[in-house]
Amino acid sequence: MREEIITSGRMNPMIDPQLHIWHWHIPLYLFLGGLAAGILFFAALYTILGKEKENPTAVKIAPFITPILLVVGLFALFLDLNHQAYFWRLYTTIRLESPMSWGAWTLMVVTPISFIWCALNIKEIFPRWEWKFKFLYDLDAFFRKHLITMSWILLIFSLILGMYTGILFSAFNARPLWNTSILGPLFLTSGLSTGAAAIILMSKSHEERLRFARIDIMLIGIEMFLIVHMFMGFLASTQVHIEAAGLFLGGPYTTPFWLFVFTLGLAFPAILEVLELRKFKVPYMIAPMLVLMGGLLFRFIIAYAGQASRWLY
Amino acid sequence: MRYAMAVDTKKCVGCSDCVVACQTENNVPIGYCRDWIVEVTDGTYPQLEIEIRSERCNHCENAPCVRCCPTGASHYSDGGTVLVKKYHCIGCGACIASCPYDARFPHPDGYVDKCTFCLDNRVKKGMDPACVSVCPTKCMYFGDLDDPRSPVSQILKKRKYKTLIPEAGTKPHLYFLI
Ligand code: SF4
Ligand code: SF4
Repeated sequence: MREEIITSGRMNPMIDPQLHIWHWHIPLYLFLGGLAAGILFFAALYTILGKEKENPTAVKIAPFITPILLVVGLFALFLDLNHQAYFWRLYTTIRLESPMSWGAWTLMVVTPISFIWCALNIKEIFPRWEWKFKFLYDLDAFFRKHLITMSWILLIFSLILGMYTGILFSAFNARPLWNTSILGPLFLTSGLSTGAAAIILMSKSHEERLRFARIDIMLIGIEMFLIVHMFMGFLASTQVHIEAAGLFLGGPYTTPFWLFVFTLGLAFPAILEVLELRKFKVPYMIAPMLVLMGGLLFRFIIAYAGQASRWLY
Repeated sequence: MRYAMAVDTKKCVGCSDCVVACQTENNVPIGYCRDWIVEVTDGTYPQLEIEIRSERCNHCENAPCVRCCPTGASHYSDGGTVLVKKYHCIGCGACIASCPYDARFPHPDGYVDKCTFCLDNRVKKGMDPACVSVCPTKCMYFGDLDDPRSPVSQILKKRKYKTLIPEAGTKPHLYFLI
């Protein structure tokens, strides 16, 4: 038997909640970032492929919510900071070793592009919109001329953004649950999947919805595979990783994760989407809503469980 | 220069004097601490073994907190000590999440705080850190690992020691004599 006690009191998450340093802000920020990355990825992709006509929502409508998502996400990050008056320090340094740093910079690339993207498509929402000044027309023309270049930049940076939401966690070797490089691809897939779900929700065209349902099924499949793969990796690893996985395999996060994220947030919507493709009548809203809910919950659970996992000594 | 500290787990009685000395010396806000005492009991009664450790930031040579800090507020300073620049820190908590020893805490003023080895206030003036100098059993040794005559080098030559979770790859500079 081994018993370890801290006799003098210390800032420890088990004893003292202060060390549970990340609350709702970070998972929300990661969810919104991933969702925006997903939407922008599809917008850029179909622009590059020249398929704007077939995917009007993905290219022209859905990106309208991305500036909002990104700004709200950044605001959540800001609220999370304890030393808010020094927020600007984040943008006076670039530290490639620190995901928090290059992630914040990635957002500084993606957010302006998302605004430009909306400005270019503003007539879709307000058909009688006029740019009041000549230079705005010039700018509009400039970005239109370089639309494909901009789409490529957006495509790459949306992928980086999606990855980053996972890498932010996986860079911490102190939290064994997060310390797996699968988290990057996993969160990217989840972000793309929630992006596809948001497009389905907004789309008015049946064909586009079916196309994205197909994409979503594929993404969900990859995501489920990565999740299983992650736990297999943990169980084949060291004791700290086995115990980290234990949080989900019998531990306190078992039900929330396997029931709400894995079953209701992934498996069930995938089945609904398959049924829809098979021409069964299912209200098309249910599957994407569940995917979005699952994505949000997934990030909360990983953020909280990660902070409960630790090295043993 | 590589500052390090050795704590004798055979001599430490867990009186918490080091904790209080640090709180006083460094004006640590009430309710927080930069060092703490861990008591480990191993075995089944009556065969019990006990180990008492005074723990603090390990001033790691490969510090994850420095690596994760987005602003460079957490940095390596003189003698390899790991310090936080108050007015560069945005309080994002990345370093707290990245420390395997949970050695950091958010100061109520917003920035992140932790043990400094009393670098500026004592060590640079030729004194030992407050915790070392106050210990009633004299169980702590401080000094420069590169100087073979420093107390910490001397004791590490004589005694068996361990570091905490070396497998985390942090190369800690806090040694425990066993
Ligand atoms: S013990 Fe923690 S806070 Fe101290 S240097 Fe190592 S990782 Fe950083
Ligand atoms: S809380 Fe401060 S010291 Fe810690 S990582 Fe963030 S900016 Fe760096």
